[in-house]
Amino acid sequence: MADPMKIRAGLKGDIADVRVLMNHPMETGQRKDASGNLIPPHFIQEIAVRLNGKTVIDAQVSQGVSRNPVFSFRVKGAKVGDRLEISWLDNKGEKNSTETALA
Amino acid sequence: MPMQTSKRKTLKRAGAAIAAAVAAGVLRPQDVGAAWNKDAFGQKTLADALKSLGAVAAADSKDIVIDAPQIAENGAVVPVEITSNLPGTKSIVVLIEKNPFPLVAKFDFLEGAVPFVKVNVKMGEPSNVRVLAEAGGKYYAAFKEVKVTIGGCGG
Repeated sequence: MADPMKIRAGLKGDIADVRVLMNHPMETGQRKDASGNLIPPHFIQEIAVRLNGKTVIDAQVSQGVSRNPVFSFRVKGAKVGDRLEISWLDNKGEKNSTETALA
Repeated sequence: MPMQTSKRKTLKRAGAAIAAAVAAGVLRPQDVGAAWNKDAFGQKTLADALKSLGAVAAADSKDIVIDAPQIAENGAVVPVEITSNLPGTKSIVVLIEKNPFPLVAKFDFLEGAVPFVKVNVKMGEPSNVRVLAEAGGKYYAAFKEVKVTIGGCGG
């Protein structure tokens, strides 16, 4: 079970300023554990940002993104009460999703 | 050729399975967006990554603004903020030239999104942070050099 995401979204006029923290190890596959064995890669690959169910940002990322990734996005045409949803999918097929209402 | 036939059959079957999954409500259509670009993300040099993206001919642009530290103390977390002022920017691509896998992220902006993103990246050594922006069917490029005190890829 993936750890929950933290999402913070504020409205500046009709632009939603979104900041999201994802809990994820983002293992590169190049690190070794204490006994010298390579730790297999484990990282988020796809991220989607949706406003009221409609995809506005579709991202693909690699193991080059830092552990526990933090992203900021901006979405225009947003208003109070709009539903903002962020989801991710990693290379092992694990996924997570969270949503917030803009205030 | 039998090999190709069987590949086609397999693909057809996979397609049918996805369609069935969508119909059954297991997968929502939004979940099956652009698949992860395995080829581009798997390239080990900047040149090969650019080739895979079809961005070799990207023209330099001052309309791509990169905000990143000149010196990053910790290469494991280097904040990079990017704004594209190119009209009709459809995507922003981030590459760390000297990382083992240079391509770090590609953000596609659909209707309603501002071509802006802030992301923390890992850097193994001092490198150029190269940013591409796709607008009007063309790629534009800009870069910023970041020095790293402690590399972020060896853990």
